[in-house]
Order: sequence, then C-alpha cells, then structure tokens
Amino acid sequence: MTEPVLRVRDLKTYFVSEGGGTARAVDGVSFDLYPGETLGLVGESGCGKTVTSLSLLRLVPEPPGHIRPGSLIELEGRNLLTLSPRDLRAVRGNRLAMIFQEPMSALNPVLTVGDQIGEGAIVHQGLSRRAARARAMEMLQLVGIPDPELRIDDYPHQLSGGMRQRVMIAMALVCHPQVLIADEPTTALDVTIQAQILELLDRLQRELGMAIMLITHDLGVVAGTADRVLVMYAGQVVEGGSTPDLFHRPVHPYTEGLLASVPRLDQPRERLTGIPGTVPAASAWPTGCRFHPRCPHAWERCRTDEPPLVEIAPGHSARCWLVEEPGRRRPGASGVTR
Amino acid sequence: MTPALVEVEGLVKHYPGERLWWGLGPPRHLIRAVEGVSFRIGAGRTLGLVGESGSGKSTVARTLLRLTEPTAGRFLLEREDVFRLAPEPLRRLRRRMQIVFQDPYSSLNPRMTVRDTLREPLEIHRLAAGAERDARVAALLQEVGLDPALAAAYPHELSGGQRQRVGIARALSVQPAFLVCDEPVSALDVSVQAQVLNLLADLQQRRGLTYLFIAHDLAVVRHIADDVAVMYLGRIVEQASAAATYERPRHPYTRALLSAAPVPDPAAQRQRQVLTGDVPSPANPPPGCPFHPRCPHPMKNDRCRTDRPALREVEPGHAAACHFAEHA
Repeated sequence: MTEPVLRVRDLKTYFVSEGGGTARAVDGVSFDLYPGETLGLVGESGCGKTVTSLSLLRLVPEPPGHIRPGSLIELEGRNLLTLSPRDLRAVRGNRLAMIFQEPMSALNPVLTVGDQIGEGAIVHQGLSRRAARARAMEMLQLVGIPDPELRIDDYPHQLSGGMRQRVMIAMALVCHPQVLIADEPTTALDVTIQAQILELLDRLQRELGMAIMLITHDLGVVAGTADRVLVMYAGQVVEGGSTPDLFHRPVHPYTEGLLASVPRLDQPRERLTGIPGTVPAASAWPTGCRFHPRCPHAWERCRTDEPPLVEIAPGHSARCWLVEEPGRRRPGASGVTR
Repeated sequence: MTPALVEVEGLVKHYPGERLWWGLGPPRHLIRAVEGVSFRIGAGRTLGLVGESGSGKSTVARTLLRLTEPTAGRFLLEREDVFRLAPEPLRRLRRRMQIVFQDPYSSLNPRMTVRDTLREPLEIHRLAAGAERDARVAALLQEVGLDPALAAAYPHELSGGQRQRVGIARALSVQPAFLVCDEPVSALDVSVQAQVLNLLADLQQRRGLTYLFIAHDLAVVRHIADDVAVMYLGRIVEQASAAATYERPRHPYTRALLSAAPVPDPAAQRQRQVLTGDVPSPANPPPGCPFHPRCPHPMKNDRCRTDRPALREVEPGHAAACHFAEHA
C-alpha cells in the first residue's frame, strides 16, 4: 500500500468573533490523499470546505481564526502545523500549491503573467530571471495558452477568464508540487471553458503525477473528475467513499438530498426533491446530528447524540445513525428512487 | 397563428465601445450585444434563453423591461408596443412585467426591511393601502414560502435562498403576467436552488405566469422551460421545443454546450466534445458564422467563414442558424 502524500487528522479550525462567540467552521476533519489521485471535497456554502483548503496551506487569517491544538496536517511526513514560517514558505507553492476560484482577484494586476509564473521558480528553485522566464514560457505552453511568446508579457486584465485560470494553474504548477489544492477552479467560468480547464487539469495530473484535492459545490464536476469524494456538512465530513459508491450507493441523507436536488440532463424531467431549510450558521451548529433539522428520517436519537463517522464498507464511511438502525429509514423520503 | 402574450421581433441593442481621445471622442466601435433577436412566448409558457457570458441574454432581459433602451426592434406585451410607450403608460405597463435578478444580495435595498421592500411597489402602483397592504405583504410572503414574521427582517439577516424568495415576492406583488427571471438560481446552493425552481414552477401554475427564464445552466433550463432559445454572440442560433433542443440539437454550439455540461453520474463516460478557444468579443465578432472559429462540425468550410447562416426552420418548430443543420 502506498503512503498518503497528505494526511489530515482531526483538523479543527475555529473563528472567534468580536462578540466572543466561536464559529467552528471546520470541526474534526480527517482524510488521506494518495499520490496521483483526485479527491473531491463537496458541500454547500458554509460547510467548511474552503476553510479546510485554506487550513491545509495555513492561509487562515489568525486572528480571528486558529487551528486547534491536536489537529494534524502532514505533508510527505512533515507536520505543517509545527513548521517555522520560513520552512512553511519553502513548502507552499513548492510541494503544496493552490488555485483559487476567482482568477482575477488571485492574480496580481500590476505584474505580467510571465513574472508571476516565474516568481515561484526564482524563490523556490533559485532560478535566474532569464531561466525563470524560459520556465514561464514552458508553463504557458503546458497549460495550452496560444502564442505564449506574446502572452507572457500580458497583464491579467488583457486575458479572458479561461486564460487567467490557465495562468493561475501555470503559476501553481511551476515547481511541480506533489499536491494541488483546487478550490472551485471552474466555478467562475462558462461551461465550455470549464470543460477545457477540467481536461487540462486531468492531462497535467497524468503528465506530472500530482495529487489533486478538488473542492467544489458542483456534483457534476466531481463525478467526472474525482476518484474519491468527501461530502462535508456543517464543518464535518458526513460521507466519504469512492466516486461510484458515493453517487450510486449514497448512505447519508444529506448526500442523497444533494443528488436529488441537481437538475439533470441525463434523466427524465421530474420535480426536484431538494432539501428543506438552510445550512445552519457555524456559530450555532445544531445539537446531535448537525443535519437533523433538515433530515427527513430524523428521530429522537439524532436530536441528542452526535453520530460518529463509521466505515460501512471498505473505503465507504458515513456519519449517520441510520447505519446502526437502518429500520428507521423512511422509504422514499430522501427523494431517491434508486 | 394565435397571438402570443410576448412577441419580440428584431431586438437590437448596441452599446458604444471604448471611446477615442481619452474617452472624449467618438466610440472606436460598437458592442453588438444583441443583434436581431425574435421570439414569441404563449401565455402560461416558459421560454428558456440559454447562453454563456457575453452572449447577450441578460441584455435581452434588460431591454425588454426598458431598464436600458433598445437600439431597434419591437416588443408586444399583451399586444401593447412596449418600446413605443411614453414614460407614464410605461410605468403603468410595468405592473404587467417584472424581473427577478440573479444576485439576491445586490438586488435588495440593504436599508429596507422585507416589509418596506414589498410595500413599495404596492404604493407606487396604488394597489393597496393601510391594513389591506399589510395583509397583502403577509400573503405574498406566505406564497413564496417565507414566514410572515420575516417581514421585519433586513436583507442581511436572510439567507441567499430567503432573499431570492423576497425578490420573487416583490416581482409578484404587482400581479404581473410576464416574469423575466435573469439567472434566478445561479447564485444559490444546489439544495436551495431546487427549492426555488420548485417555487417558480408552482407559482407559474397557480398564477398562470409567463416566464422568460434566462440561465447559463442547460440542466436548470431543461427543468423549467417549454421552449428553448440558445444565444451566441448576440444572436439566437437555435430555437425549438425543450424536448427537441435536448434530444436532437441541430446547431453544433448547442451540441457542444450539452456535451460540456457536467453530469452527476460517474458512469456517464460520455465522449466529451471540448470546444477550443474563447467566446469572441461582441465588439469584434468574426465574419461569416460567428461560431466558425470554434466550430467542430466536420463539414465546416469556406462558406462558414464568409456567409452568416440565417436562423431557419430545419423541421417544423425547430430553427437553427447553421449551414449544415441538416447534418447533425
């Protein structure tokens, strides 16, 4: 069995508000990321998926945020949470890189794309400016930007949204990281451009062998790209498994509800089931199972006792009391006809 | 032909582009946002208008409501010529047509409570006053699935889905016949999106509303639309019933859109057809067929580079703007 390249154990990232309340944005997340795989992290806004990704790079602003003692983020055997700022800088953008949702705000508007792409190679690999420019040119070619010799001196505003996202990918990959965190990399893009970027990430992963953590709200994007999927709700992982398991044999009512909410091109048009209610606030997670106020199956136990994340089949786990008491399931209530 | 509730013919909207001489001179070129769009929507039906950013779909919405003035074209709403109305009759007609915006965060006044937001149109159109007005506000909130107690809340106290319900209630307050929904669910989470789509479908049924439903998401449009028009660079390139559009798309752009849309099923290993290149700028559209630089059609030839294909009926009720629409 290969060793995971990234191990996360019991990650807790809390934010203290001015009023003294604590928002438990990420509340005990654990997972392994293996070399060369794509792990999808799915959830709706407020579930903690972006704070998880920012925590992995230690980019959570402190204060108001902090990662709780007892959390572990281990990259290639080194605990990132105990690294000095200097050692951390040597890891970020080098072994572990990130691409963000909004390429316009993540790129520096007053530097040319060539300078921005080359910067990582100068900082981490000690390349000269001339060598960094040559590397930036290679990267532009690699990410499929036409006429790279012209584009290398462009500023971000001169590029389209899709091209900017390619530039950001080039920037992230310039040092050939082992792990790429992609936070909603295609959400701001049109569907035809999204398809181009997803295909690009897939090709680059095969060529460079990196592991990708793909964070998205779009179940369609995950189904088409991820090997394994984690579903987050209210700061916790509520279900995890291989992509086929998760889409064809979901166990957690939240996963079922998400799947029943998506309008689909591949199935007959019928009324969507949706999930009643809204995601609770991170400062006031419900007691017991955090999904119970929106769950169609919930009973007494769900209101008082918090279910653990348990393995129900090899590689497939869920955080739900229905695992212990399947008889409580109300048939058809989650809107799943499978 | 029976008169439709909504008839749009030859709608054109050009914006002046970047100006010469430090912004003081004449525009360098026109942004051709909408270039001759025509459609009809029967009473109680939904037309889905689909396209990517820059296709002109939101400009269509804004010109129909005269939130921005059209350059040319005609729009009949219940046989009234909207584009030729003077300000006062236009204000009166606004009761008959309303819009729901994409972003429920920026389309509600942050300093007005939900009650004030819903009262305002009733006051402007003098539809109700006093206790009756408050009863209407409560009924509207209930109709869109909100607790009437939320009337005292400010927008920042509401979730995105709740705000969008307020936006819908505001549009419905004046009892319109025609509702333009401009990306009404694209800013919402998927579970909330489903709730709002269901709400829109219920309201249509209950009130007999006619929708122009604008979206970039083909699956969402398929879910709600009876007919579909696909826009590319300011023009409709395909127009048909929803069933025909999704089952037998005739335009290569529609086919590419469908093929690129992600499907939440890992077993659906489709032969994804990835278009190369970006959407060209509407300030400088390509000659000939506007889609030809990205078109993957195997029969693409010199004609596509010089002759712009007209939107023509390929089979009854199914129009496409492609020289090779028969060879789909």
